Amino acid sequence: MSGDPLFAGGVDWVVVAFVVVKALIGFTIVMVGVIFMIWFERKVIADMQNRIGPNRAGRWGLAQTLADGIKLIFKEDLWPDKADKPVFRLAPYLSVAPAFLTFTIVPIGGVFSGGNDGAVELFGRRTWLQVADPPVGVLFLLAMSSIAVYGIMLAGWSSGSKYPLLGSVRASAQMVSYEAALGLSVVAVVLLSGSLSTHDIVAAQAGSILDWNVIATAGVPFAIFCVAATAELNRPPFDLVEAEQELVGGFHTEYSSIRFGMFYLAEFMNTITMSAIIVTLFLGGPAGPVLFGPPLIWGILWFTLKVLVFLFTFVWLRATLPRYRYDQLMDLGWKRLIPLALGWLLVIGAQRIGLDRGWDRFVTGAASLVVLTLAAVALFGAIRVAERRRQSDQFGEVVA
Amino acid sequence: MTSTERVYPGAITSEGAQELAARGASTAAELLREQGSVLRLSEVAAAEQADRAGPEDETMIINMGPQHPSTHGVLRVMLELEGETVLRTKPIMGYLHTGMEKTGEDLTYLQGATNVTRMDYASPFFNELVFSLATEALLEVDIPPRATWIRMLMCELNRISSHFLFLATNGMDLGAISMILYGWRERDMVLQFFEKTTGLRMNHNYVRPGGVAVDLPDGWRDDVLRLLDALPSRLEEYDDLMTGQPIWRGRTQGIGLLTPEEAVALGATGPILRSTGVPWDLRRDLPYLAYDQVDFNVVVGSYGDVFDRYAIRLNEIRESIDIVRQIVDRMPGGDYRVQDRKITPPPRARIDESMEALIHHFKIFTEGFRVPEGEVYVAVESPRGELGCYLVSDGSGKPYRLHIRGPSFYNLQTLPHMMRGGLIPDAVAVISSVDPIMGEVDR
Repeated sequence: MSGDPLFAGGVDWVVVAFVVVKALIGFTIVMVGVIFMIWFERKVIADMQNRIGPNRAGRWGLAQTLADGIKLIFKEDLWPDKADKPVFRLAPYLSVAPAFLTFTIVPIGGVFSGGNDGAVELFGRRTWLQVADPPVGVLFLLAMSSIAVYGIMLAGWSSGSKYPLLGSVRASAQMVSYEAALGLSVVAVVLLSGSLSTHDIVAAQAGSILDWNVIATAGVPFAIFCVAATAELNRPPFDLVEAEQELVGGFHTEYSSIRFGMFYLAEFMNTITMSAIIVTLFLGGPAGPVLFGPPLIWGILWFTLKVLVFLFTFVWLRATLPRYRYDQLMDLGWKRLIPLALGWLLVIGAQRIGLDRGWDRFVTGAASLVVLTLAAVALFGAIRVAERRRQSDQFGEVVA
Repeated sequence: MTSTERVYPGAITSEGAQELAARGASTAAELLREQGSVLRLSEVAAAEQADRAGPEDETMIINMGPQHPSTHGVLRVMLELEGETVLRTKPIMGYLHTGMEKTGEDLTYLQGATNVTRMDYASPFFNELVFSLATEALLEVDIPPRATWIRMLMCELNRISSHFLFLATNGMDLGAISMILYGWRERDMVLQFFEKTTGLRMNHNYVRPGGVAVDLPDGWRDDVLRLLDALPSRLEEYDDLMTGQPIWRGRTQGIGLLTPEEAVALGATGPILRSTGVPWDLRRDLPYLAYDQVDFNVVVGSYGDVFDRYAIRLNEIRESIDIVRQIVDRMPGGDYRVQDRKITPPPRARIDESMEALIHHFKIFTEGFRVPEGEVYVAVESPRGELGCYLVSDGSGKPYRLHIRGPSFYNLQTLPHMMRGGLIPDAVAVISSVDPIMGEVDR
């Protein structure tokens, strides 16, 4: 919370009140967002599948999520005999808390262009439109998504049941490996912005659309981040952790009542948060043209619209794509995304150094691309050789 | 182990225990069968294999079914897993056993079709057809050409609807959840025609010994042609959604491999057998009805994997659409059932006018008709493979023995062979590609 001008004049009760109110507003935004996101997902996917979708509770079924939530609260809370009860109870909270905490570092609005620092003035105090701005913002994001893994892993493990166990084994492997790809693609953004703080990252993209990180990093880290984020969210086509057709319900098979509801809540919270993070890191956050009226409103509007595009894409993917298999997912993560993210980091790093030293941009770019290609050839050659060896091992041995 | 947990003794059959036992407690023969190695290993290698069983605490025996989202009803598959890799598989059935074969011995031949139609509930016309053909073979009656062609029409449409059901569930099992609704939508178009013709969407009791229950409704030609015009473009959409999809191909190609020798030795028929490259289709190789008078291709695969089985069914829909077009063009006129009052009931109007008709009607619906002594086996190509009916008559009005060779029952035997060494997602894909209908397996 270092950079926020709110704290410039020391901490008094007004500042504390500000922080509390901001946290409440942030929480409300996410909760209301989840309610509408679930409705949105069900409606959109129903439309894609030639169905009507929820249309009974409230106008256009808008109150469906509310009705489902109330129903879940009043359902009997069951747990298996073999469950490890304290852990079984703890797991849903471990899932929900990080989902909300991650949202706190997202700047949802503010004017950054024209030398402004994105602060708004309220009751004589100036503050940023985000709950918190830790100087280690991006690291905080990665830390929170690591904690979310615990929620899922412990849920599956503590259920004392076989299918959830398989789900949690998948979860830990999948989320940990995609964390690596996620982190490496963010490093490119951090290199360009020169800061880990999400506020500074947004401020660095405030100029024209060419300053947006998706363009400044030539799209590759953006693509990697999107794929890794989908895997991190356990959304289709990477929803192996809860693959209904394979593992019944995966880690939440044995959960019922509101405990199940909390996993559901966490999943949708994460979807919204991750979309907001993508927009913040790569698409300039609230950046966008101001057509008329106060620029502050336009910032929030652009931010919401960009987030909606990603939310729609997640639903679209779910309606369209078959599910990856576990080993294919690992291949994609370790053999494609991580090497690519590392290689691209090299290119961007070379560009940054070249900029400092006054080297020719195109020579640096060409040279690093040549190195990248050579490295790719070497890597994929090695992978090919390893695969061939493994196959010959398999065929050499008759016993499975 | 908590106090609430009780140990039930496994059900014992003449083939040994029904459930998958731990490695140490299994005989070498059982291990081989459960590993799907019976046809792959020599006796010597088999003996070696039994000794090489790994430590038990590294593997996990898990039940897939009878309640599981992707075991297509109440199939229960016990799997031995090492991590997610399937080491042994044992399909267990009997959860839908309703004794339909035994019930058939207590029903007249006219009632029999109502009974058998519930066996393979996704393709009811084939059950009725094979039962009717068997009865007619014993009766030695020739049915009118129109009845034959109506039967072909309904069966080919049923093949289309059944394969749509497969495409729907196969898509969903592999995670393409929209497929279930698309497949269902197309299947429903076909079922609407069935409803218009027979009065029911499933379990029609339409094909009966001696012909069919009623003639085709007015305007049936337009209905069928409208259907045939709508379906091909939908199939192209499936190609977009699945066939050319890289993830789909990754999930299906090279998965669940079966060799032609294994398929033949295990008695697999239908798309499973054809996926291995064996061009065996009863419609062409042992023609029944009037299949020798229509042109169609037998679709075969070359790798024997899940993708081949998917592609075969997709293209069989196209072939069936072709056949139905020919049938629509060449549908003969005439009677839709034999005019033998000892076998088929008289028209409703005649009952009010003729005493004789009333008596025939009464006799047929109370005690049925007598069938000459003898036994017969008739087989047809159902969407799942060779659907056979073995019928023994002792000369009375009810069958002495009715046995149905359900293709799904034999196709299930291939599971251990196809699943070995795969992962759980592959196991799901394999079960889905076999497309078993448990009603037919348990009968």
